[in-house]
Amino acid sequence: MEHADELLDVLCENARYSTADLARLTDLDEATVEETIAELEAAGVIQGYTAVVDWDAIGSDRVRAHVELNVTLDRETSYRDVAERLGGFREVQGLRLVSGDYDFALEVEGENMREVSRFISDKVAPLPEITQTVTHYIMETYKQAGHRFDDGDDDDRLSVTP
Amino acid sequence: MTLEPSGRVADVPPSGIRRFFELADEMDDVISLGVGEPDFSAPWGAREAAITSLEMGRTSYTANRGKRELREAIAENARRWTLEYDPDDEILVTAGASEAIDLAFRALVDPGDTVAVAQPCYVSYAPGVTFSGGEVLDVPTRAEDKFVLTREALSEAGAESADLLVYCYPNNPTGATMSREELAEVAGFCREHDVAVLSDEIYADLTYEGDHASIAELDGMRERTVVFNGFSKAYAMTGLRLGYAMGPEETIAAMNRIHQYTMLSAPTTAQHAAIEALENCRGDVADMRAQYDRRRNFVLSRFADMGIDCFEATGAFYVFPECPGDDAERFAEELLEAEAVAMVPGTAFGAGGEGHLRASYATGLDELKEAMDRLERFVS
Repeated sequence: MEHADELLDVLCENARYSTADLARLTDLDEATVEETIAELEAAGVIQGYTAVVDWDAIGSDRVRAHVELNVTLDRETSYRDVAERLGGFREVQGLRLVSGDYDFALEVEGENMREVSRFISDKVAPLPEITQTVTHYIMETYKQAGHRFDDGDDDDRLSVTP
Repeated sequence: MTLEPSGRVADVPPSGIRRFFELADEMDDVISLGVGEPDFSAPWGAREAAITSLEMGRTSYTANRGKRELREAIAENARRWTLEYDPDDEILVTAGASEAIDLAFRALVDPGDTVAVAQPCYVSYAPGVTFSGGEVLDVPTRAEDKFVLTREALSEAGAESADLLVYCYPNNPTGATMSREELAEVAGFCREHDVAVLSDEIYADLTYEGDHASIAELDGMRERTVVFNGFSKAYAMTGLRLGYAMGPEETIAAMNRIHQYTMLSAPTTAQHAAIEALENCRGDVADMRAQYDRRRNFVLSRFADMGIDCFEATGAFYVFPECPGDDAERFAEELLEAEAVAMVPGTAFGAGGEGHLRASYATGLDELKEAMDRLERFVS
């Protein structure tokens, strides 16, 4: 997989490039591109492909929250075990163990605020390992996955210059 | 006394690129591959440094030669290309590399001196020579040499008698770069025939195969070379107007003599941005270069599929394909009218550009794709 880094860079920029365009951009042939991507998928390097969506722009009420979780562990329970239980919920879109004041950073998504609140109080908080939850509702997104949510820059360059 | 332009000015025709600009500017929905500047904005860190300097009220002149801190950063940066210059007296910060090149012409050219200009090239060199009272000697480079400047090209043009040689590599408009070995040939010629060199290296950071090499690092060349660079291309800071010259103490002093009377100092806000750019924006430059490189691959590959001959340009953000039609100027005009795609005919860049077109890939990939689709439709 010698071309992996380069292909991953381009896919992270835009995962919708066609195989033909990926081949042109990286100066590889199409077969190599397909093969490398297949290998990266099989090896679990590429875990999936997704779109960066500004839900507000289509008037959706969808709500996201960033949840701080503290947990208590014992000899039989590791972080991984807790992560297994939390990660199973479809409401949990992101789950990371972090350094600092709390243990897990959770990204929860729901159709509306009530759904998210109920999920935290009914499903997350009662887990025996969870000692504390702090929920931050996301009020506005300005940038996500490297994309700025604005109108973009107008090209103000002169059309032909030396 | 009437307000008639001087003979020196009257002798210089308006830029050949101007007519294309006017044609393209009148049309809607033009996808322009005719732009000679980055489509990116300056790195945010550099912009923020400029803003902060304004907030702090840093709006006065700087030292004529530029802020000491900036000259130190420039000297440090030049070491990447194994060039050693003393920030005290061998570096001059200017309003764009263009000012630096103009200063060099004015500081070095006496009336009647001959300046060999390697072509095709950026449109300002020949007029600059004329404005300084010098004589331009055209030195065409050749497509079969991948537009590299060779000893043969210099001899054929009669450059033995030249006082100065000016060139730009990585090259605008061809995208050609020169290796150390190729530069050594030119260096040998210049030493033999006592020719001084103005080396425009504004695209040095946009080199895609191997590392950039400067003629000034070769034996016996440092004392006869002025190197030009700046922040417009790699750092996407064209509008901030900031460049610099590096060369022997006496030459830089002579250039500074003119600069201190005519410009005083380069824009202060831009100097603050440039310090930050050199110290902390290398990552932004690497990202932009990676994008250009992909687009370069993309455009070359599309040309190949269309049957358009194009040598593999390895620098700047231009490719210089052979024109599929007989007359590049007419082809460019017809392409613009029929498909609203602007490319600049090679003749706008001097001798050796005939039969070619300059396509800039300093344009977003979606637009490049659309431009290539339109071009394909036009040539098929």
